[in-house]
Amino acid sequence: MSSPVGTRGTDYEMVVERGKIAEFAAAMQSENPAYAGPGAVAPPTFLISSALWAPEGAAVDHGFDRRRLLHGEQEFTFHGPPPRAGQTLRVSEQVVDRYEKPGKKGGMMRFAVVVTEYRGEDGTLVAEARKTLIETAPRGGTS
Amino acid sequence: MTAQTPVQVGKKAEARDYGPLTTRMFVRYAGASGDFNPMHYDDTLARSAGYPSVFSQGMHSAALLASFAVDWLGAENIRRFTVRFREQVWPDDVLTCSGEITAVSPNEGGFLVTAELSATRQTGGVAVSASAAFLVPVLPLT
Repeated sequence: MSSPVGTRGTDYEMVVERGKIAEFAAAMQSENPAYAGPGAVAPPTFLISSALWAPEGAAVDHGFDRRRLLHGEQEFTFHGPPPRAGQTLRVSEQVVDRYEKPGKKGGMMRFAVVVTEYRGEDGTLVAEARKTLIETAPRGGTS
Repeated sequence: MTAQTPVQVGKKAEARDYGPLTTRMFVRYAGASGDFNPMHYDDTLARSAGYPSVFSQGMHSAALLASFAVDWLGAENIRRFTVRFREQVWPDDVLTCSGEITAVSPNEGGFLVTAELSATRQTGGVAVSASAAFLVPVLPLT
């Protein structure tokens, strides 16, 4: 069952960990000193790893056919300096938009925009992640 | 801002190559990010689904481009990073990352610098493009 616009997943806790930042920095082939040490800073796309902290039911359901699913765009916005190791964040995601466009070969392409909020322990909005998912038109031209 | 200011509009970063990329790198990114879609490390499965081989996670290429961007404009300064996925990336690909500053505006505590970035495959095709904003603090005059 796909989640309608406005649906919010269960919120959950993410601890920004020094070791996880080091692992992520290695995967991004970075030797930037800001990603090492006790006050390590979260890299620009690091918050994508919050999925590892999400309990069952925290993710909203895009409802798209996995075989036709594309990741169109991903945005991270920081409302101040990026989080650091040792910070605890409250994470929740919400479907904020759904729309359709005609596919190039007929049928409809469907889009879903999901925003994930990352809040500090005092409730301050620290960062947001916005992803656009695309379900390509089914073969045969009908949707 | 003087001509020596590194954050001037039109200023380009020195391009940097990442790769040749390997399946091992895709596996490392899968572990770091938690994206365990097997299309990125199970070659038998990827071939059975009609692909020539495994391919990189789009977010892996995005992370390499982010790595390039922060070394240029500062890890603590990042305020926005927006990526668009354009072409798939395969083992043995070399991604050339490049960037150019497109806007600089005064902001509390410094300058908000906007840069357009891209990771281009050896074929010339753009794998990932990005727009990023950095809050670059004002440096004391020397």
